[in-house]
Amino acid sequence: MAKWAMVIDVSRCTGCYCCFTACKDEYWDNDYPPYSAGQPKHGQFWIDLVKKERGMYPWVKVAYIPLLCMQCDDAPCVKAAKNGSVYKRPDGIVIIDSQKAVGQRQIVDACPYHVIFWNEEKQLPQKCTFCVHMLEEGKIPKCVQVCPSQALVFGDLEEPKSNVSKIVASGKTEALNPEHKTKPRVYYLGVPKLFIAGSVVYGDVDECAEGVSVTLVDQSTRRSTETSTNNFGDFEFDGLGTGKYSVKFECKGYAAKTVDVDLKTDKHLGVVNLTRARP
Amino acid sequence: MTSNKKREQVFTSCTTGGPVNVYVRDGKITRIEPLELDDDDTAPWIIRARGKEFSPPKTAMVSPYTLAERSRTYAGSRILHPLKRVDFNPDGDRKTGNRGSSGYMEISWDEALDIITGETKRINQTCGPGAILTTTSSHHNWGNIGYRSSAHARFMAILGAMYAEHNPDSWEGWHWGAMHTWGFSWRLGLPEQYDLLEDALKNTEIIVFWSSDPEATSGIYSGQESTLRRFWLKELGVKMVFIDPYYNFTAVNFSDKWLAPRPGTDAALAAAIAYVWITEDLYDKDYVENRTCGFEKWRDYIMGEEDGTPKTSEWAEKESGIPAREIRALARDWAGKRTMLAAGGVGGWGGACRAAYGTEWARMMVLLQAMQGLGKPGINIWSTTQGVPYNTNFYFPGDAEGGISGSPGELLARGMVSRPVKSTMDDAGGAHIPRILVPECILNPPQEWRGKGFCGESVESQFKKYKYPEDGYSEIKMFWRYGGSYIGTMNNTNRWVKMYQSPGLEFVVNQSIYMEGEAQFADLVLPACSNFERWDIGEWASPQGYGLHKSSGCNRRIIVLQKKCIEPLGQSRSDYEIFTMVAGRLGFYDKFTDGGLTELDWVKRMFAASDLPEYVSWEEFERKGYFVVPIQKNYKSTPALRWFAESRKKDTPDAGPVGEDLQGLPDGEGNLATKTGKIEFEALSLKRFDPGDPERPPVPKYIPSWEGHHTGALYSKYPLQLITPHPRFSFHTMNDGKECWMNEIPEHRVKMEDGHYYWVIRINPEDAKTRGIKNNDIVKVYNDRGAVLCAAQVTERIRPGVAHSWESCATYEPIGEPGESPDRGGCINLLTPHRFISKNACGMAPNSCLVEVEKWRK
Repeated sequence: MAKWAMVIDVSRCTGCYCCFTACKDEYWDNDYPPYSAGQPKHGQFWIDLVKKERGMYPWVKVAYIPLLCMQCDDAPCVKAAKNGSVYKRPDGIVIIDSQKAVGQRQIVDACPYHVIFWNEEKQLPQKCTFCVHMLEEGKIPKCVQVCPSQALVFGDLEEPKSNVSKIVASGKTEALNPEHKTKPRVYYLGVPKLFIAGSVVYGDVDECAEGVSVTLVDQSTRRSTETSTNNFGDFEFDGLGTGKYSVKFECKGYAAKTVDVDLKTDKHLGVVNLTRARP
Repeated sequence: MTSNKKREQVFTSCTTGGPVNVYVRDGKITRIEPLELDDDDTAPWIIRARGKEFSPPKTAMVSPYTLAERSRTYAGSRILHPLKRVDFNPDGDRKTGNRGSSGYMEISWDEALDIITGETKRINQTCGPGAILTTTSSHHNWGNIGYRSSAHARFMAILGAMYAEHNPDSWEGWHWGAMHTWGFSWRLGLPEQYDLLEDALKNTEIIVFWSSDPEATSGIYSGQESTLRRFWLKELGVKMVFIDPYYNFTAVNFSDKWLAPRPGTDAALAAAIAYVWITEDLYDKDYVENRTCGFEKWRDYIMGEEDGTPKTSEWAEKESGIPAREIRALARDWAGKRTMLAAGGVGGWGGACRAAYGTEWARMMVLLQAMQGLGKPGINIWSTTQGVPYNTNFYFPGDAEGGISGSPGELLARGMVSRPVKSTMDDAGGAHIPRILVPECILNPPQEWRGKGFCGESVESQFKKYKYPEDGYSEIKMFWRYGGSYIGTMNNTNRWVKMYQSPGLEFVVNQSIYMEGEAQFADLVLPACSNFERWDIGEWASPQGYGLHKSSGCNRRIIVLQKKCIEPLGQSRSDYEIFTMVAGRLGFYDKFTDGGLTELDWVKRMFAASDLPEYVSWEEFERKGYFVVPIQKNYKSTPALRWFAESRKKDTPDAGPVGEDLQGLPDGEGNLATKTGKIEFEALSLKRFDPGDPERPPVPKYIPSWEGHHTGALYSKYPLQLITPHPRFSFHTMNDGKECWMNEIPEHRVKMEDGHYYWVIRINPEDAKTRGIKNNDIVKVYNDRGAVLCAAQVTERIRPGVAHSWESCATYEPIGEPGESPDRGGCINLLTPHRFISKNACGMAPNSCLVEVEKWRK
C-alpha cells in the first residue's frame, strides 16, 4: 500500500501561482465522487501561496510558501467530524465525505492550517484531496504536474527509491508550523527562519570590503559559524532562530569589530564600517 | 480522443501562455491541462556543461493564466449577443457624448450587419479612404488563421480601412535607440539569441538582470519554460545581480544582490560603470578597437571632457541613489568575470526602455557589453528566456508572417493564398496613424510624427515624417476596434475616453469577446468567441518575422492543431466568421474567403504550406493534435554574435545583416547592419539624421527625465515615481478581470470588503507611514491626468519614493462621469504621460510618471 506524501521546497517556489490556478481548474464545478464535490468558482484556495517578506529595503528576502491540506496522520478535522464524515485512507489521504459532512462547519474550524473551506451553497467543508482521482489514473496531483520549478515533489513514502522518500530520509525536512503537532504528510524544505546580514565597508576608502572574515557566535550554545564577505562587502547568516548572537569582523590591516545582536526579527546591520588598525 | 472519464473528449489547443489539452463533456469545457509529451515525440536536447547534464521536462510549462482559461471562457462578461448602444440612432441623433455611460440592447446578427454595412457604405462613399480606422490588440488569442495579422489584416485590406500602427510598446528604447547602435532593424532593434543557453551554462559567471524580470514576463509567450534554466544556472554557481527599483519576481529566488536605482536614472548608472572601466583599465581594448567605432567620443562624454561632468560613481550615486562604492564593486566584478547582461526580459526589452529617453539606456546596454567583448564566450545580451537548441530549418510560419492575409512572403510563395489582396492604405501612397496618437488625430488634427509603426525595413525608415490627415485622405469618421480591450494599456487614458465621446467620431464598432474597458464605448458591439470555440493552428510562442526564432524561448518547437473544442457561446462567432458575414453583405465574400474557405480549410492549407507534411500526415497530425519539431542530427551550436566578436562570416541562422531586403548595407564578413558594420558608440545614422538632437544624440547620454526627480514643482506636488511593468498575472489586459481566477491572486488584485477586486499598487512602508496608509487600504493614486483607486500593498520590495503597479488592467470603471472621475477598475495608465519617448521617436514612456497616493475616503 502506497503512503502518499509531498515535499515542498520553499526555496524553489517562484510565486507563479500555476498550482493555484490549475487546482481551481481541476475542481471548479467538477465532482469527483466519492472524494470531492465541485468547488465554487471563487473563494476557495485548496492550494494557496503564503508570502513571507523578510528584512528591510534594500536587504529583502521573499518566499512564497505553498500551503495545502497537510493530510495529517493526527488530523484535527477527523476528530472534529461527526459520523466518520472525515476519514484517513490507508494511503494517508484525508477525505471529507461530501454527503456525510454536509452542515458540519466545525470541520472547517478544526483545521489549524486553515486549509478547509466552507461551501456556503452546498453547506459543505471542502479541501485538497492530493488529487486522489488523478492518482487512480496513474497521474500525479495537478499542482505538481504544472509546477515549473519542481518545487512540489510527490510520491510514495513506502517506496524507498522515490524522491519523497529520499528527501525525507535526508532529515532536512520539517513540518510547517510543527507546534500544531498533527503529523503532516506534507514536508517542507527551506522554510524561512531568521537572518543576520550586513554590508561591510572599508571606512577609510569607502570601498566595499571583500573577503572580510565574519564569525557568528550563538551566545546560548557558543556555537560559531563563519563566512566571508562578497565583492559588495555583503554577508548573511540565514536559518537562525531568535536569541542573542555576536558577529565578529576580522580583516588584515583593520581593527576587528564585534556587534551584538538580540535577534527577534530578521536583522540587517546596515553598513559596518571597518577602521584602519593602529600600527 | 476520449478519456476514460465517461463522455469526456480531449482537444488540443494553444494559448498565448502555452499549449494545452482541453477536456470537454456535454459540450462544456471541464478541465484544462498543460500539454504532456509522450514517448513517440522527438527526444529532447541535452546540454552538457561544467560536468552536468541539462534537459527539459516532458510537460509544457505554461503560464498561470493559461491554466485559468476556463474561468474566463465562462465569465459573466462574455458578450453573447450583438449589442447596440441604447441611445445610438444611426439615422438620427447619435448621442456620441453618452458613449461610456449609456447601456446596451441585444439585437440580432441581421440587425447588427445592417447597421455596420450601412455605416461602412455611407462613410466610405461620403468621405472616401481614410475615414475608417481600425486597430487590434496584442494576443487576445493565438493561432495563425484567426489572428490580427491574418484574418483581420485580410478583411481590412479589402475594406480599405486605415490601420493605427502599433508602436514597439515593450521594447521602445531598443527599437528607437539600440537599432542605431548595432543594427538588427529586421528584429526591430533586438539581438539574435541563438544557443546562448548553452553558452551561459558553459561559460557565464555572472548575470546582471537589468530592468529584467523573466519570471514575470515569460519571454513574452513562453509560459514558465525558462524557470528551470535559471535554477540550472544557480546550481552551477552563476551569480545573479538585479538592477530594478522593485525586488522583482525573478529576484525572489535568484538574487545575490539587489540594486534599486531611482527610476529614469539607469543610464547614469550605466555611464558610471563605463567610467570605472575606463579609469581602471577594465575593458576589452582589442574588441573596442576592432569591433566598434566612435569609442573616443563615448570616452569624452564619460570622462566629462564634453560636458564638464565626469560620470563618476559619486555623480551616479546622486542621480540613482545607489551607493558609489556598490557601483564600483559591480563594475569591477562585471569586468573581471564573464558576465551576461540580461537587459530586459527577452534579450532586450525592460521597463527602463519604456521611459523618457529610454533609447539612451538601451544603447548604453549594448555599449557596456561591447566594452566587455559582446559575443565572446559567456558574454552577451541574453535574458535566460531564449536560445535553446532549435531547429531553424523547419518551416512553420509565425503569426507575424501574415497567415491568410496574403501579404508578400514565404507563405504566399508556398501557396497559402490563391487570391492575394493588397491594402491600398498600407502602402507608400496610403495613410496610417500611430496608435498612441489616435486620440490626438481625432480630437486635435493635424498631427505629425516620424516612423511607421515597427520600422523593420531599415534604420532610416524611423526618420520618415508622416502626417494626419494625409493629403487626399479623409479625417477619421468610424473606428472599428477588434481583439479585446486595450484601453488599460494606453497612456493618459482619459484622452481615449474623450476621443470616444467626440461627435467627430460618427460610428464606433467593437468586436470583442468581453464587455469591458473600451467595448463599453462602442455604438455597436460584435460578439466574438474565444480560442476554444473555433479552429486554428499555431506554434507556441512563435511570431517569426520581426520575432524570428523567438519560440526558442520554449524548450521545444511545438506546433499545435487548435481544435474547436466547443461551440461558440451564445450568439458569439469567430472573428473569421464575423468578417465573412460582413464581407458577404459588402459584396466581397469570395475575395475574403478565397473562394469560400472555412477556418478549418485554411488550417489545412497552412499545414500543407509548412514543412509539416514532410514529417507527418494530416490524419496523424489531426489525431495527435500537435507536432514536436525534431532537432537536427549533429546539431551544431552557433552562439549569437560569436561570429561578430571573432570577425568572421555570420554562421547563425539570423535573417541579417545582409538580406534581399537590405541591399546597400555593408556586406563584408562579420559585419553588423550599421553604417560601419561595427557597434557604433557614435551612431552614424543619428549623426546624419540630426546630430544636434538633444533628446537622442549620436553618442548616448544620461538625460534626466521630463517627469522625474529633477522636475521641481511637479515633483514636489507628486513625489512618487510610478513604474508600471508588464504584468505577471495577465498577458496585457487579456487575463485580467473577466471573473478570471487571476483576480484572486493578491499580487494581482485584492478583494476588499465591498466585494470589488482592486488593482494593486506597491509602496514602501516609509512612504505608507507618512501618508497614514496601511497594507490593503484602498488608496487614491493621482496626478493632474486622473485618479485611480487601488489596493495598497505595503512592501519592502520597492525603493522608497517609488510606486509599482502592473501596466494593464482589463477594466475601466469610472465611479462618476467617464473621463472626469476616479476609476476603480485599475486603469493605472490614466496617470501615465503620452509624450513621445523623445521628440523624434514616437514610442511610449509610461515609466516616467509622477503621482501622489492617499488613503481613499469616500
